[in-house]
Amino acid sequence: MDVVLEIRELVRRFDTMVAVDNVSLEVQEGSFFSILGPSGCGKTTLLRMIAGFQEPTSGVIRIRGKDMRGIPPNRRPVNLVFQNLALFPMMDVAGNIAFGLKRKRLAAAEIGRRVESILERVGLADYGAKQVGQLSGGQKQRVAIARALVLEPSILLLDEPLGALDLKLREQMKIELKKLQSEVGTTFIYITHDQSEALVMSDRVAVMNAGRLEQVGPPRALYDSPASCFVAGFVGESNQFPAQIEEQEEKQIRVRTDTGLQLQATPMQPMERPECRLFIRPESIILQPEESLSGINRFTLQVKTILFDGSNTKVLATVGESEREIMVSLPQNRQFAHIGPGDRITAGVYIDACRCYPVHA
Amino acid sequence: MRRETKIGLYIFLAPVLMWLLLLIVVPHIDLFIMSLRGEDDLGEAIWTLDNYHSFFSERIYWLTFARTATYALLVTLLTFLITFPVAFYITKVVHRRYSAFLTILLLMPFWVSELVRVYGWMILLRESGVINHLLLGMGLLEQPVELLYNDVSMVMGLVYTSMLFMAVPLISSLEGMDDNLIEAAHDLGASKLTIFLRIVIPYAAPGITSGAIVVFMLTLGNYLTPNLMGGKNSLWFTEQIYNQFIASFNWNQGAAFGFLLLLLSSLIIWAGLRLSRQDLGRALT
Repeated sequence: MDVVLEIRELVRRFDTMVAVDNVSLEVQEGSFFSILGPSGCGKTTLLRMIAGFQEPTSGVIRIRGKDMRGIPPNRRPVNLVFQNLALFPMMDVAGNIAFGLKRKRLAAAEIGRRVESILERVGLADYGAKQVGQLSGGQKQRVAIARALVLEPSILLLDEPLGALDLKLREQMKIELKKLQSEVGTTFIYITHDQSEALVMSDRVAVMNAGRLEQVGPPRALYDSPASCFVAGFVGESNQFPAQIEEQEEKQIRVRTDTGLQLQATPMQPMERPECRLFIRPESIILQPEESLSGINRFTLQVKTILFDGSNTKVLATVGESEREIMVSLPQNRQFAHIGPGDRITAGVYIDACRCYPVHA
Repeated sequence: MRRETKIGLYIFLAPVLMWLLLLIVVPHIDLFIMSLRGEDDLGEAIWTLDNYHSFFSERIYWLTFARTATYALLVTLLTFLITFPVAFYITKVVHRRYSAFLTILLLMPFWVSELVRVYGWMILLRESGVINHLLLGMGLLEQPVELLYNDVSMVMGLVYTSMLFMAVPLISSLEGMDDNLIEAAHDLGASKLTIFLRIVIPYAAPGITSGAIVVFMLTLGNYLTPNLMGGKNSLWFTEQIYNQFIASFNWNQGAAFGFLLLLLSSLIIWAGLRLSRQDLGRALT
């Protein structure tokens, strides 16, 4: 597949602060690419540089092989869906969508045809004459996306467009966006701080922190083998413990957490110092593991609370003397439906599910 | 319950209604009656349309009105052209922190009465004024020049006096505009000029309309500035009305002129609203 966007050693400084720090990445044609990071990590600055609203301090942005330096936003083959959508309140829906086409000086009949076809595509046929204020949140969303998509950009940039919607609608829009993207085949670059949005929709995700890319890969790779301490903590849920390395072998280490729990764990990066951070996903803790299993850490849990949430039900429990609670996913087969607060239960976790990362001071 | 809310409404409306009735409606009825009165050849008071007729038959009267209305339109346009960039700069270009400060700076001169401000201009512009003094001192002029008492200085004075009434609605309507609209238009392929004409101006249209109406009406009804800065050749329609009431003691004629001013200016505003497809209700909210 062709590379539609290529970014090389991109840096953006504001006075003394470095917002984007030496970022390089490639986005494949026709893929759904997400940039995931906490607020203030520089992802919006990165997006604005791709759109052309900000110039990089140094580095190169190439779209379909063409250097974008010095090209203003209105001449770039990218379109942006704004966080607050920025629909034009003085125009109706059709006027909003036709705005970009009129700037291309297309014939009126052609504009009308394209507006109608894109409205149909986003499921808003017959909405052309409505005023923007008459639309619901989800409909405004679709108009904003249609307004950008109708220009057939090389890349569609989306800046957390689902942020303002309520939870139910957001879940629905996630699926719709994914579907829309695979239908139109346009490359989407989606900015978000919501890891579930990124994981659900994307072909590839770039995790960003403090201006740097921590890891770029398919959602499953981020989840299953996080490349850094930050990714392990940011993507998906994890139980985290500061820990000390007690014994080190080549592929396995023995650690003691600050709560006193001793575990066999897997080092994910070279360990130079004894301080490390241990991550265990809630679903990798097995309740009542069979005696025959090997390569497993065993301990006893003291159940504190059950957090019932349908298919996402969790148990809060403590291990040993410590009061620190850890989260354990409850399997859905009702096998453990009888567990209640105060119960003691054996548990285990595979050594390769206990991931250790060095701590940077 | 319904009855009580109605009584409450009347109680709150009463001062406004009284104010309108006593200060606007009653005097206007009186003026209207007065404008329809006249004397016949024997000096008897009679009902007549002569006062209105003379406005159209005497060239000087309706020419003065046409002149006044044209200049008022010109003043409105100039005020808009000067104020809009200022309002745009204050609301969109400069950092938010300074925009309140700049707005106050803009409004400060208007804490002083109009009379004082006009005298300020006169001190600057008159033959023995500051500007002449400086130009003479620099050797750019040999003889002092009278910069006052012409149409240019009068229009300048009127524009200056009107700026506040244009700036406030423009600033408030531009302030409500989301900056992302400008960026979105830019992203969708619009040039700076297109953004200005298709996004910024339409967005600010209600503010522009209300500012333009207020400036036009105030300029048309202004007496002080044309009188002090305009000199003898710059006759303003309000001066005609004043002359009828005070100089000629022809109250009936003056009353008719007053009514004509009200009618004709309302007509011009109505035409302006129709031409720009603006809605008065939207402009005033």
